[in-house]
Amino acid sequence: MATMQCTIVSAEKEIFSEAVSMVVATGSLGEIGITPGHSQLLTGIIPGPVKVVRENGEEEIFFLSGGFIEVQPDVVTLLSDVAVRAEDIDEAEAEKAKAEAEKIKNDSEAGVDFSRARAELAEAAARLQTLRKLRKK
Amino acid sequence: MANTKEIRKQISSISNTQKITSAMEMVASSKMRKTQDRMEMGRPYADRMLSVIGHLANSNPEYKPLYMSEREVKGAGIIVVGSDKGLCGGLNINLFRTLLPFLKELSDQGIEQKFCPIGTKARVFFNNFGGEVVSTAEKLGDIPALENLIGAIKVLLDKFEQGEIDKVFLASNRFENTMTQAPQIRQLLPLLPEETPELKHRWDYIYEPDAKELLDGLMQRYIESLVYQAVIENIACEQAAKMVAMKNATENAGTIIDELQLIYNNARQAAITQELSEIVAGAEAL
Repeated sequence: MATMQCTIVSAEKEIFSEAVSMVVATGSLGEIGITPGHSQLLTGIIPGPVKVVRENGEEEIFFLSGGFIEVQPDVVTLLSDVAVRAEDIDEAEAEKAKAEAEKIKNDSEAGVDFSRARAELAEAAARLQTLRKLRKK
Repeated sequence: MANTKEIRKQISSISNTQKITSAMEMVASSKMRKTQDRMEMGRPYADRMLSVIGHLANSNPEYKPLYMSEREVKGAGIIVVGSDKGLCGGLNINLFRTLLPFLKELSDQGIEQKFCPIGTKARVFFNNFGGEVVSTAEKLGDIPALENLIGAIKVLLDKFEQGEIDKVFLASNRFENTMTQAPQIRQLLPLLPEETPELKHRWDYIYEPDAKELLDGLMQRYIESLVYQAVIENIACEQAAKMVAMKNATENAGTIIDELQLIYNNARQAAITQELSEIVAGAEAL
């Protein structure tokens, strides 16, 4: 039976990489089944299970929280998100990051104080250098 | 004699410190190996994405995505990746030293700067020296989760979309080897599409639903994965720097103990000699 290389990767790690005979996933426009020789396709996938069928008929199911699927005749790549992504969840995360930044802003002035920063950095660097010299002695 | 007792106390306290630093060194070296592996694991994702993006951009020349459009630069967003913890030598200081002239240059050109520090040390730096911090992420741990970064990055991406900033930079440490970590500043946005000849295939994908939406979604994730990679790499740098710093500390403690031991022996010998001469003198007086 013909096979194709199927790879599932996320930003954090490679999840699966093997020769398979079929991949079934839920694309953004409906369920799709991919067999070797499929024409080139690029589509989003929505959170849900992805089924891969190995050459010997064994099935394996992964849960992906969305992402993209790229299909070429003999290669299928699933670019998986690490977490469920939705506009409002992203927004909430962004708000959180902003709020933390606000907290900082309250006790610091606007504009980087270059001269002061450089002076303190120079001091720290000098300290390091001295340590290094002491060590050599 | 009080003197010898004091020295003995000092020696034992320093050797305790030495035990701690040598334990920290071992912990850092094992963590470093793990983070290096993790650095490799995320790479296929970014590579795959880049090639898909390159393909899309080349086969859809009529669509110029926002993340690729160059425009006059009035504001810049800078993501600064620092470590969460200290005790890692000059790692963060070196990064800030590289960053400062770069920021100075930007402000000389009249470019407004917005910052997104990642990691406690980076946050504290902007805390002390000012600068407009628009978002931040910290206490990511040894195995950072991408979710914790998404929010902080999105704030900058939104500002880019709204035209508040026209360029986004990423400042972080690059892991060269255990002994060297080099600070670097890279441009994230606008994305510079690489026009390699091998990407100019004749075929094109079938798109569902359509190319633009997919391209935008892919690019957002690509940027996030770049930042994520930088954070992972910075952790590897942090552990390597920590390992070296702790190794040095252990060696220094050893030297100090040796010196103190010598002083201690001298003092003890002097005390014995004195006691003897006192006894002899006492016997003579009788």
